[in-house]
Amino acid sequence: MNRYLPLSILALAILAFATLMLVIAPGIQINARPAPEGLRPYTEAEARGREVYVSLGCLYCHSQQPRSGDQAPDGERGWGRPSVAEDYAYDQPHQLGTMRTGPDLLNVSARLPSEGWHLTHLYQPRAIFDWSIMPSYPYLFDHKDTAGPGDVVVALPAAHAPADGVIVASQKALDLTAYLVALDRTYPAPTNGLRDHGYGSSEGPEPTPAEEAR
Amino acid sequence: MPITLGLMLALSFVVSLAALAFLIWAISNRQITVDQGDAETIFADGEQGRIDNQGTEAGDAERRHVFDPVAAGIDAVSARPVIILLGTATVWLVLGSIFGLVASMKLHLPDWLNQSAPLTFGRMRTLHLNLVIYGWLSLSGLASVMWIIPRIFHVPLKSPRLVLIGAVLWNIAVALGGLAIASGWTDGEEWLEIPWQIDMLLAAAGACFIAPLVRTARARDVHHIYVSGWYFLAAILWFPVLFIVANIPGLYSGVEEATVNWWFAHNVLGLWLTPLGVGTAYYLIPKIIGRPIYSYAVSLLGFWGLALFYSQVGIHHLIGGPVPTWVVTLSVVHSVMMFLPVIAVAINQHVTVAQNLWALKESVPLRFISFGALMYTMASFQGSIEALRSVNSITHFTHYTVAHAHLGAYAFVSIVMFGAAYYILPRATGRAFPWPGLLKAHFWLVTIGFAVYFFSLTIGGVLQGLAMLDATRPFSESVELMKPYLEARSIGGSLMTLGHLVFAVNLLGLAFYAPRHTQAPVAAE
Ligand code: HEM
Ligand code: HEM
Repeated sequence: MNRYLPLSILALAILAFATLMLVIAPGIQINARPAPEGLRPYTEAEARGREVYVSLGCLYCHSQQPRSGDQAPDGERGWGRPSVAEDYAYDQPHQLGTMRTGPDLLNVSARLPSEGWHLTHLYQPRAIFDWSIMPSYPYLFDHKDTAGPGDVVVALPAAHAPADGVIVASQKALDLTAYLVALDRTYPAPTNGLRDHGYGSSEGPEPTPAEEAR
Repeated sequence: MPITLGLMLALSFVVSLAALAFLIWAISNRQITVDQGDAETIFADGEQGRIDNQGTEAGDAERRHVFDPVAAGIDAVSARPVIILLGTATVWLVLGSIFGLVASMKLHLPDWLNQSAPLTFGRMRTLHLNLVIYGWLSLSGLASVMWIIPRIFHVPLKSPRLVLIGAVLWNIAVALGGLAIASGWTDGEEWLEIPWQIDMLLAAAGACFIAPLVRTARARDVHHIYVSGWYFLAAILWFPVLFIVANIPGLYSGVEEATVNWWFAHNVLGLWLTPLGVGTAYYLIPKIIGRPIYSYAVSLLGFWGLALFYSQVGIHHLIGGPVPTWVVTLSVVHSVMMFLPVIAVAINQHVTVAQNLWALKESVPLRFISFGALMYTMASFQGSIEALRSVNSITHFTHYTVAHAHLGAYAFVSIVMFGAAYYILPRATGRAFPWPGLLKAHFWLVTIGFAVYFFSLTIGGVLQGLAMLDATRPFSESVELMKPYLEARSIGGSLMTLGHLVFAVNLLGLAFYAPRHTQAPVAAE
């Protein structure tokens, strides 16, 4: 180990090899798959809402990748079928996440389709769940004396409502909610969808009883 | 398609194994010679067998400084860039820890500090991560590199001015990155949040460090490149490549982007922070003790094993996710293979310390560095096990991962860097720390604080994971059971943060209240 040049070349060659294995090869494989039929691109409002989601860092507490029933009871919790690579065709930046300080959100709209619910929850999560540790996002809302025409008023229990006036949603809150209400990838998975089948058969995992019931 | 991909998997594994087998063969047949004698290139004449602990111990200020003309001529040139790198790193450390502590408290006090978007958990946590990784760890690691490389090559650092420019640009990029994140301008992927426009500046700053190191390496006065040099010279090339490839805007999307994301994020750990920490320990442990490392040939195995296996582990962050099975399996296998290089490093570093335990009493920097080196072994063993599918199913989405992240980034790399700063700064400034007791206080604050942090999140994380795997328990249970553990983490984190303030006070003390050595090694400065 006495020469600088061979050391550098070998070190970079090894990195190039790793890049081939972890970036290029899977990239080719993933990009060869078309977007599933049930998946549509985000509308403008949804895309703006997704930007709010990204910029507030929801990712750091919420994953967007339900696991298969062979591995974890995500399906039974109502988080949706195991996701496949094709489900993310329109996602950039990806928001797969690595934490579940809060629940998985890839199919949150299948569980919680109500816009009003999300607005209340974003304004003050503890107005809905007293045990929640999610931050409140009051700066996404305006406090007004009376709601103007077109204002969306947030429904709040007395304990969390302001003493006078109303809480109305800002455009950001409405966009974010539009995104959350669009998060529903419960359409049938493409046959032979790409995912980590390390826990079950490659035909796709057994549906859990709860998934079957749907 | 599946067959060819299965082949790729097998190919990758076989290539890595073959490369390793070749290396072992080459070492045992003396095709590549690393003599135990080469391990001694780090010592100047007469240095061996003597502890190297000036400037950090009580009563030291009065002790006559042993003047080493070679080291002095070399250190004098690196001193200024190294002092600037370490000083600015410390600013980021203090800021980053405060953001970490705020983020931690927000998880059990969710309505605290919620008045505006920059204060929200998602941004505080991101500021924390980016400031401690790109601010503190990268800059303090670079300081070690700039200090150690000239010493092992026995020539003064070449183009020190370029290093200074790099340091300034790097700091500007980190500061701008922090402002961007706080204001909500982000690239939106973990570890890659700093907007790519600012990343270009960071990459340019990183490139400024390459030429001085290459020039120093080529001008070297010794034939052999000491093991720390392998780690440093490789890392300084790996980082810019990784950083640029991962930040190319608009090229990746969807799940492909996720594999790029985690290929990058784990390589920042494996091919950047780890080599900085391991290389520093490889130089300073034997240097402080005054005895060469235990088995020099094994260190070669450790280095190339790290390069081969670590570079391919990234997808263990996506186990059970929407990525092709074979990539996940590939990363899991390589994660387990990491036992080899880790054991190689462990044999060298821990045996050297264990044979010279007396030295821990004599040198506080050594105490930091050998503790950090031990935590490298621990973090790696834990990581290899955590990558197994069965274990990962429990721990993946929980705070167990966060505990592990701090075992690696904090207890290993950060604590090695504390020791390195304490070793380097008295020599770079020609002064002694005015309050040696505060060095020990720093050590105990951060080790005890870390222990509280680590054990609370590890236990809590496992319980959280088990609760989430049990369909009969509602999700809320996994949230509620974590609360006491999250509170405990805030207590541990407060002790760590306090330790970092003590560290900053020590550096300020050195700058403004320190007695000077009579024969300062850096008289020219
Ligand atoms: C703007 C960003 C965020 C959005 C859009 C968001 C959205 C949601 C939604 C829709 C739920 C309800 C899901 C359900 O009940 O199954 C939820 C729950 C939860 N979130 Fe978030 N979240 C955000 C940020 C965060 C952050 C940063 C944290 C961590 C501090 C967090 C922690 C939780 C927890 C613990 C729950 C479960 C309890 C609850 O519903 O309040 N969330 N989140
Ligand atoms: C220089 C020292 C430190 C380093 C290098 C460091 C590094 C890290 C890293 C790498 C992560 C990401 C973990 C992951 O994504 O799994 C992280 C997250 C975090 N750290 Fe630190 N950390 C340090 C000190 C601290 C301190 C003193 C605290 C105070 C309590 C702290 C609190 C946190 C919190 C709350 C998170 C977020 C965890 C989550 O997302 O739930 N860290 N840190």
